[in-house]
Amino acid sequence: MSAAPAYSEDKGGAGGPGEPEYGHDPASGGIFSSDYKRHDDLKEMLDTNKDSLKLEAMKRIVAMIARGKNASDLFPAVVKNVACKNIEDPNQLIRASALRVLSSIRVPIIVPIMMLAIKEAASDMSPYVRKTAAHAIPKLYSLDSDQKDQLIEVIEKLLADKTTLVAGSVVMAFEEVCPERIDLIHKNYRKLCNLLIDVEEWGQVVIISMLTRYARTQFLSPNQNESLLEENPEKAFYGSEEDEVKGPGPEEAAATALPARKPYVMDPDHRLLLRNTKPLLQSRSAAVVMAVAQLYFHLAPKAEVGVIAKALVRLLRSHSEVQYVVLQNVATMSIKRRGMFEPYLKSFYIRSTDPTQIKILKLEVLTNLANETNIPTVLREFQTYIRSMDKDFVAATIQAIGRCATNIGRVRDTCLNGLVQLLSNRDELVVAESVVVIKKLLQMQPAQHGEIIKHLAKLTDNIQVPMARASILWLIGEYCEHVPRIAPDVLRKMAKSFTAEEDIVKLQVINLAAKLYLTNSKQTKLLTQYVLSLAKYDQNYDIRDRARFTRQLIVPSEQGGALSRHAKKLFLAPKPAPVLESSFKDRDHFQLGSLSHLLNAKATGYQELPDWPEEAPDPSVRNVEVPEWTKCSNREKRKEKEKPFYSDSEGESGPTESADSNPESDSESDSKSSSESSSGDSSSESDDEDEEKGRSSESEQSEEEGKRKKMKKRKTVAEGHREGSSSDEGSDSSSSSSESEVTSESEEEQVESTSWRRKTPPSSKSAPAAKEISLLDLEDFTPPSVQAVSPPTIVSTSLATDLEGLTLTDSSLVPSLLSPVPGVGRQELLHRVAGEGLAVEYAFSRQPFPGDPHMVSVHIHFSNSSENPIKGLRVGTPKLPAGISIQEFPEIESLAPGESTTAVMGINFCDSTQAANFQLCTQTRQFYVCIQPPVGELMAPVFMSENEFKKEQGKLTGMNEITEKLTLPDTCRNDHIVVQKVTTTANLGRVPCGTSDEYRFAGRTLTSGSLVLLTLDARPAGAAQLTVNSEKMVIGTMLVKDVVQALTQ
Amino acid sequence: MIHSLFLINCSGDIFLEKHWKSVVSQSVCDYFFEAQEKAADVENVPPVISTPHHYLISIYRDKLFFVSVIQTEVPPLFVIEFLHRVADTFQDYFGECSEAAIKDNVVIVYELLEEMLDNGFPLATESNILKELIKPPTILRSVVNSITGSSNVGDTLPTGQLSNIPWRRAGVKYTNNEAYFDVVEEIDAIIDKSGSTVFAEIQGVIDACIKLSGMPDLSLSFMNPRLLDDVSFHPCIRFKRWESERVLSFIPPDGNFRLISYRVSSQNLVAIPVYVKHCISFKENSACGRFDITIGPKQNMGKTIEGITVTVHMPKVVLNMNLTPTQGSYTFDPVTKKVLTWDVGKITPQKLPSLKGLVNLQSGAPKPEENPSLNIQFKIQQLAISGLKVNRLDMYGEKYKPFKGVKYVTKAGKFQVRT
Repeated sequence: MSAAPAYSEDKGGAGGPGEPEYGHDPASGGIFSSDYKRHDDLKEMLDTNKDSLKLEAMKRIVAMIARGKNASDLFPAVVKNVACKNIEDPNQLIRASALRVLSSIRVPIIVPIMMLAIKEAASDMSPYVRKTAAHAIPKLYSLDSDQKDQLIEVIEKLLADKTTLVAGSVVMAFEEVCPERIDLIHKNYRKLCNLLIDVEEWGQVVIISMLTRYARTQFLSPNQNESLLEENPEKAFYGSEEDEVKGPGPEEAAATALPARKPYVMDPDHRLLLRNTKPLLQSRSAAVVMAVAQLYFHLAPKAEVGVIAKALVRLLRSHSEVQYVVLQNVATMSIKRRGMFEPYLKSFYIRSTDPTQIKILKLEVLTNLANETNIPTVLREFQTYIRSMDKDFVAATIQAIGRCATNIGRVRDTCLNGLVQLLSNRDELVVAESVVVIKKLLQMQPAQHGEIIKHLAKLTDNIQVPMARASILWLIGEYCEHVPRIAPDVLRKMAKSFTAEEDIVKLQVINLAAKLYLTNSKQTKLLTQYVLSLAKYDQNYDIRDRARFTRQLIVPSEQGGALSRHAKKLFLAPKPAPVLESSFKDRDHFQLGSLSHLLNAKATGYQELPDWPEEAPDPSVRNVEVPEWTKCSNREKRKEKEKPFYSDSEGESGPTESADSNPESDSESDSKSSSESSSGDSSSESDDEDEEKGRSSESEQSEEEGKRKKMKKRKTVAEGHREGSSSDEGSDSSSSSSESEVTSESEEEQVESTSWRRKTPPSSKSAPAAKEISLLDLEDFTPPSVQAVSPPTIVSTSLATDLEGLTLTDSSLVPSLLSPVPGVGRQELLHRVAGEGLAVEYAFSRQPFPGDPHMVSVHIHFSNSSENPIKGLRVGTPKLPAGISIQEFPEIESLAPGESTTAVMGINFCDSTQAANFQLCTQTRQFYVCIQPPVGELMAPVFMSENEFKKEQGKLTGMNEITEKLTLPDTCRNDHIVVQKVTTTANLGRVPCGTSDEYRFAGRTLTSGSLVLLTLDARPAGAAQLTVNSEKMVIGTMLVKDVVQALTQ
Repeated sequence: MIHSLFLINCSGDIFLEKHWKSVVSQSVCDYFFEAQEKAADVENVPPVISTPHHYLISIYRDKLFFVSVIQTEVPPLFVIEFLHRVADTFQDYFGECSEAAIKDNVVIVYELLEEMLDNGFPLATESNILKELIKPPTILRSVVNSITGSSNVGDTLPTGQLSNIPWRRAGVKYTNNEAYFDVVEEIDAIIDKSGSTVFAEIQGVIDACIKLSGMPDLSLSFMNPRLLDDVSFHPCIRFKRWESERVLSFIPPDGNFRLISYRVSSQNLVAIPVYVKHCISFKENSACGRFDITIGPKQNMGKTIEGITVTVHMPKVVLNMNLTPTQGSYTFDPVTKKVLTWDVGKITPQKLPSLKGLVNLQSGAPKPEENPSLNIQFKIQQLAISGLKVNRLDMYGEKYKPFKGVKYVTKAGKFQVRT
């Protein structure tokens, strides 16, 4: 801005106020003639005695400056009025406004005036003026950084301010001017912690971020003994959240390896910070929540970090930009503290309407969260994503599957097979991505995957995507020892089609030829020479060069030879497997929530997050002389705490302010303080006690250190053992699978899969039915011991069905009706032996039966394991007890060998558990079968409120009430499990209820529509009482029996 | 902190710029345009862009980009949150946050921006304070202003800025004192192909409209506060009271505001009020497909489900759709977005609404691999699906008797059915 010359010019012409003066200034004169008058007005307004006019004028000037208009001719008027008069105005708002205007003038000439004004304002009586002074500090600093020392003095003074209004602004100034002067914070640390909750949101963010850095320099790491906390059975002291943190990470192993240190006791100031920031997790502002989350992540003991997960997950409902930032941070956190987000796994599921960038971040988080236990769920979810229309997202999903496969050995084969399947995808991107990932996976343990390489070899006949062909050829060449018979054949085929191939494929053909020549020259010598000759005359010079170069290397000639002796080493050097890891790994060396973290690069002005000190600096530096903190009575403490919220702050005692302050609010605060005092007292007292307790139990914990350390050690040994054995199993199973010859086509694969199914013992059939197409479906995953039997075959089953799923979507006519609710088991209706190859199972789908609401809909699953097609499958004449009726399923014309299908039929059981007997007919045979429903399937859930429930329950007492006492086993004391067990047993709806130990469920029987109300009153020790109210006493009695059995099992 | 702000419309015009420190050239937005081009879709423009000398942090709201220029390290959420607050303020002042509204009120916009940030650091962002400083435009006032030449800048001193309850303006007076609360719950769900619930959760908010004179101190209690699993509060709420007594105690801002938002734990099974039967299939090489969906009420809760809308983003190869709804009307946009919207209305259980017909595909193109997901909207009046119930509202500190009211409504949030 050209204010300086204008100013001097004004000075020169100061003699004549009025038109002539303006005439001197041609720059603004010609264009903004209307501004003149305006400016004249403004000057007049500034000179009046009326507050409102002055304020108005100031505002207009600021607005003009903001719009980039030249307000320089007003400069002397403003400075005169502001510096000399308004800065001393009796009204605090005018003083503040004046300072704001003054400090917004970016002209070096006024630096001394500004400095003076700031200093004065910093000791103003009004906190609002002091706040404005704090805001002016960075402005002056950016204008003239030589003023730093003086400004630091002002900052120091303002940091000592006790009002919430000033706190945020002064910390902001501190961060801009002298973030390195951490010593200024000591004396104000406790005060800042205590004021924090009442500071406005923007200030909170700045203060929290600064305090995070401060704490890192002043306190000891709370996790130095984390392994002890980890295994501590009495950890309930820390609240419930730490249950979520589990799974020993590598850091702990390191911690145990360290020599025993002196017991760690958390500094009470460190605790104070954690305690006072925690409520802010419930702020409406995403920035504040994130600030607290990062503070906890960087400062809290591992066991306490879990509390932030819930709040962060909440932010995922916010605007997509907020989601983007939060997900980036969650991605980083979830690598270090996976357990924390595991309970919220489903909150990261992806919707087709999410923007791609959000999808990819969610995918990242899901991948980080995947572990041994949840991998089936995660992979099933990925399976849906693979068919998305958003191809970038599909590519990312494939990468994610690859990462899951490398991290979790158990599913490696499954993932690999799933990926192989994707090679037949139509989309080039998908294929290319799959090949790349498969290549990486195979590199990790090539010996065990001979058959996949064979499979890939076969695919060369079909896959046209050059990138994929090239990758396959590379793989075959690299691992030609594992496929000694197939590799030369592939080369033969490729030699045939060589001229028609794309360039990248040609290069790989040459590569393959060279490698084969080196390992198996007997069979491939001629082929190699043929390929090389073809390449010699290729149109592309790269290929000609490569051919020449390769020939020199592998074929020993007269002159050379030195190199060809090492050719094998050159071509077949062991290549390290690429590492598949998260791009968010180690990003936490940046302070979370910061711009630098988001960009993964240091931003200008980023303050490094220091490492924890080895030895704690002297904590007494934070002691304040005035014993208001440590020794003050509770009353005083309350005053300090409550005041900012409910009353005008203390600085406002000046006589002029009292006129402004609202009399109403004064009386308000009086009545308030009296009403509030009692509760305030008690709460702060209990706070103190808590702290005491905390400290004592912490030290107790550390005493037991040694003992636990031993335990821990033993545990790790055991774990190591287990790991070893499981990997053994893995290799066993895969070697057994590689023995089986894989010359088969996919048809054969199917046969194999059915034969496997035949072999399974009937007991496994009661497991949740895995019927849906399942590229990666792991529903049939059982604990490792069982799995060891034949996992590869399981995989091929799902692959076979997947093929079906990918190509024959039309065949499933009413998909919504065709799959049972997970959790409701499938029962056998007709055994394969009795049915001469026809196996029939049924399951209750719990969906309304279309057409007749009184009917229970039953899914019947047929599979044909005989050699011949089964024709004309239908229901024969049923012989039914009175009242029971059946809605038959449409006749199934034919079921080919090895195929299976599902049909839906409806049965009205008339609210009884009598079995429905009927015949299943084929063209040639009739089978007598019967379906007997568990009592829980005879009802449908009803939605009702707690009040309605109680009202209805009141009507169904006496004879209609059946009560049973039971003891819940330990495994069954968690809300989720109880609800799940009850709803699995009976098709009832949960009634929301306020108290945590009571569970209510409601439903109506299907035929008569009588209410069935179930109440479970669980007491803490595991004792529980189950009550069922229903008009249908028989149903009630049976239901009680079933539910008790389910809960106590 | 925040150096400059540019407002950019959908066609890429920078129609407003504001600088809080020195002027940054418009050309810095070229980096933004570059990123926008790369992203193809407005939703995929990264919110944070790094350029050689600046960082650009942007939000997309109501078809406008708010692009802020940052020079030094600052928490990105801080800026994003602020930008949304700016957009909220425009919405609050002008009734809509659109290019036209901003251009019409450009003076007020500049005044607001000036008050909201001081040297790049947020100053007054509470709507109650801003309204004391700068009066929202009304037709009468703009007429008066244009005649007298005065501005919208308030002529009383903004005392609210000084108080410790910055969210409430002083000296509020009403003849009718009223306090209304809307409990709005949204069901977020993913339903898989087979109709089972993959994920479901209830997200609720309580929006308040408080028109009470003086300095009322309210406390709101619930019949079943334990239902609230995770709550976030307006700053006016006293956190300690909630922690100890599960009562919302607060001195309210004047006017409309969001009191709390909450989540009901997904551990409680969420009642899904509708089910969808669907059969969408595309035949290989036949240039046509079938589309058939039916919606029905799932839980018998005695309340009608209304305002049902189904939105489907069809695959790119779909050329047109010939459908017949048994109820309501449908539209299909065959040109740009390929979005099918079916406005169903109310469900009557006797006759379930369905939409059936044929889908024309581009001939020769491979059939789509994935069936599109169905996004469903609905509304149930007078019901909070979680069962949350307000118990009572008490007022202290003032003598008059206010009118009180609570309204419940349940809606579909992000409700998606995979097919």
